[in-house]
Amino acid sequence: MLAEVGREDEEKWLAEGIAGLQQNAYYMGRALDTNNLRDALKYSAQMLSELRTSKLSPHKYYELYMRAFDELRKLEMYFKEETRRGVSITDLYELVQHAGNVLPRLYLLCTVGSVYITSKEAPAKDVLKDLVEMCRAIQNPVSGLFLRSYLSQISRDKLPDIGSEYEGDADSVIDAVDFVLQNFTEMNKLWVRMQYQGHVHEREKREKERNELRDLVGKNLHVLSQLESVDLVMYKETVLPRILEQVVNCKDDLAQYYLMDCIIQVFPDEYHLQTLETLLGACPQLQPTVDIKTVLGRLMDRLSNYAASSGEVLPEFLQVEAFSKLSTAIGKVIEAQVDMPIVGAITLYVSLLTFTLRVHPDRLDYVDQVLGACVKKLSGKAKLEDSKATKQIVALLSAPLEKYNDIVTALKLPNYPRVMDHLDNETNKIMAVVIIQSIMKNNTCISTADKVEALFELIKGLIRDTDGGAFDEVDEEDFKEEQNSVARLIHMLHNDDPAEMLQIISTVRKHILLGGSKRLPFTVPPLIFSALKLVRRLQIQAGDVGEDAPTTPKKIFLILNQTIEALSAVPSPELALRLYLQCAEAANDCDLEPVAYEFFTQAFILYEEEVADSKAQVTAIHLIIGTLQRMNVFGVENRDTLTHKATGYSAKLLKKPDQCRAVYACSHLFSVDDQDGIKDGERVLLCLKRALRIANAAQQMANVTRGGSGPVTLFIEILNKYLYFFENGNPQITSSVIQDLIELIMTETQSESTAADPSAIAFFNSTQRYIRFQKQKGGALGEKYEPIRV
Amino acid sequence: MVLVLALGDLHIPHRASDLPTKFKSMLVPGKIQHIICTGNLCIKEIHDYLKSLCPDLHISRGEYDEDARYPESKTLTIGQFKLGVCHGHQVIPWGDLDSLAMLQRQLDVDILITGHTHQFKAYKHEGGVVINPGSATGAYSSITNDVNPSFVLMDIDGLRVVVYVYELIDGEVKVDKIDFKKTSTTASAH
Repeated sequence: MLAEVGREDEEKWLAEGIAGLQQNAYYMGRALDTNNLRDALKYSAQMLSELRTSKLSPHKYYELYMRAFDELRKLEMYFKEETRRGVSITDLYELVQHAGNVLPRLYLLCTVGSVYITSKEAPAKDVLKDLVEMCRAIQNPVSGLFLRSYLSQISRDKLPDIGSEYEGDADSVIDAVDFVLQNFTEMNKLWVRMQYQGHVHEREKREKERNELRDLVGKNLHVLSQLESVDLVMYKETVLPRILEQVVNCKDDLAQYYLMDCIIQVFPDEYHLQTLETLLGACPQLQPTVDIKTVLGRLMDRLSNYAASSGEVLPEFLQVEAFSKLSTAIGKVIEAQVDMPIVGAITLYVSLLTFTLRVHPDRLDYVDQVLGACVKKLSGKAKLEDSKATKQIVALLSAPLEKYNDIVTALKLPNYPRVMDHLDNETNKIMAVVIIQSIMKNNTCISTADKVEALFELIKGLIRDTDGGAFDEVDEEDFKEEQNSVARLIHMLHNDDPAEMLQIISTVRKHILLGGSKRLPFTVPPLIFSALKLVRRLQIQAGDVGEDAPTTPKKIFLILNQTIEALSAVPSPELALRLYLQCAEAANDCDLEPVAYEFFTQAFILYEEEVADSKAQVTAIHLIIGTLQRMNVFGVENRDTLTHKATGYSAKLLKKPDQCRAVYACSHLFSVDDQDGIKDGERVLLCLKRALRIANAAQQMANVTRGGSGPVTLFIEILNKYLYFFENGNPQITSSVIQDLIELIMTETQSESTAADPSAIAFFNSTQRYIRFQKQKGGALGEKYEPIRV
Repeated sequence: MVLVLALGDLHIPHRASDLPTKFKSMLVPGKIQHIICTGNLCIKEIHDYLKSLCPDLHISRGEYDEDARYPESKTLTIGQFKLGVCHGHQVIPWGDLDSLAMLQRQLDVDILITGHTHQFKAYKHEGGVVINPGSATGAYSSITNDVNPSFVLMDIDGLRVVVYVYELIDGEVKVDKIDFKKTSTTASAH
């Protein structure tokens, strides 16, 4: 309620002020029209008296001031005309000083002063000096600020600057600077003093009001930056030291923050670069509550942009040792502001790093130095728990990756992993994923074991369980995604030199084996295939590598065997079985029979002991038969053992149709085209007959249990297998055997119970169509098909 | 005119980190009406990627696929053509054309698409076409020594299908074209 009343009152006071002002302005206007100087001065002084109020907030006061300002322009015009009509400007200057109250008197003086300077009857510097001194009489902060703002306004185009028509003697270039600096200093003092007026509990409101007035003070710095006389030397020796003196001495955090920012924004980059030491030297002297990190951040942003603007300016940066100065200043600020939250310090380092990456992209030592300083700041604190600080660390670590598009560069920074260590487990993992994504995006190849070691040190949060990280908390989808990204990464680790590649493989293996049973199914397969690729390369080069070469397929197979063993112990039998078979085939290609046999043995043991699911068994058995069919390294004895086992497994599958299909697939184990030794027609026929028996059994079982519809398609599949070997020239497969089978199928398909299976009928139709086609084709094959009737 | 993308054996992340960038930039959403994938993607991310290219996605299960819901084989009809897809590790000897032809008779399809060998193949025979799109990532294979990444785009128009094979050889994409016309006799067989 009170505030409400306050606001209403203020509106009332403002309205009264405006009314008083307008009334006197009216009379002043009339006096001007009738050329009555005495009355004009009287009414203008009365009009300006309205500005003596202390009841208005700065915002409302500004409204009143603007109206007075407009009226004063008319008066100024009148003064100008008077002087043209012959009235002495010195007389006018004396005359206005008769005004009774000091504030109106000073406004009038400034107005006449403006005309006085234009008349050039006295040097501009003298008039300005006089005015700026006299304004001291007003010590009320708000009215003082506005009065001085008025002085600044009317004098802006009349400063005795170099090249200006008001320029004084050769040695007086400093006059304009002096005047503006003095006005600035006084305005700042008034502005700061505002803070100490009124009630203590209105502090926040006052800060808000002050903030609205800050540009009145800042305007002076802008005027300075526009002065011709403010060259680098003047700026360095006079302007900046004097501004900073005021900034530091005022001990007001609002003013300090605003003015530091203002200095950085209004003066040219080149000046900042040449006065870095002075500017940065002020920073640790500021109040501890000043948001210095934002100020410095902006300075570094400006300088980075300046550096990016033209290559020509870069030598300047080196010459003034910008990096070391900024680095030292940041260190001092962090040291001085003991209460600065950790996020503030890290934000500063992020700015410095951004600066470094833009200005000195070639100086990795600088980058590492920044990271090192950050590590120092973080030391003693185990893991960060402040989410904002964490975010800044991620920004700090991401910046070099984005800049260099190359993780290899980051791997050269000793402090990089140390900074990462301070991230909490969750963020550490996110950062690791960011690193992996950067590698993927840029298609970076990590080509030495040392670099791989460094990389795995960086991403260790993904590779193994970290201390205290409870596994249950991890979301399974996230975990999968993370581990898959690690798996993809493994393919980016490559060297064309086999010896180095083997080192890389061993390094990866060392790390991933620490991953535990949850990770191995993700990380082992890519490692196995990476190693198999190396085997393939060695195999192609074979001939020029001896047995005692450092890198032989044999050595790699040893590693492969041990690695898959770790996977099968997880247990992950199906995946391990597939990998064993892949290795067996690779060993076959390298002509290493015992090795291939060992891999098959391992695969068989897994099949017997670990693969229990019937569907998984079916797939596994097809992979076993498919691989075994391709093997040519085995002698008769080994081959017999393995084919015998495989056939045995096939006949023991749970479902009859699966049994049947696996058994007829086994027929191919006894007939390999490119090997004369393995063309055992009798055993092929045995397999097919066995498959037929199983199909019959399945048929009967279906009759009993379901009362009809048996899997007639099995017979058609077997028929097709017969045709395959028939064409292949297997003497055991005769046209009459085939004819019998066709008859059987015809009976089956025509019986009422099976008529319902259209897919079987379509299959049979297309098989018959195929036979007819082969008959028509003629030649030796056509002749062979001749006796078969369809 | 219907465009059908056929690919498979990506083996991500077991044997390759990703599809080649050049392929990725060629395969954009909205151009393809159907995708036929022979399997071995192997992970969900790749499934989602294919789905983003075209929602009509047909996948058969490879022996490394984590998703157990993919069928062993599948048939579908596009225009006048009946197509079948199967990974192929079930067909022994692997990659053997006569054995694949048997599967084709069994599925009763004009075009059979299989994978597993990582080697691009397209055979015309009396019963139709057998296509193997190869490995889209050029993944390591125990069957094929030098695997180039490849995939197949089929342009099905009436009774005619044009099979384009895209192969990445030494960083350059080479395109080959095979024409196949379905005779009215096989058409009437269905």
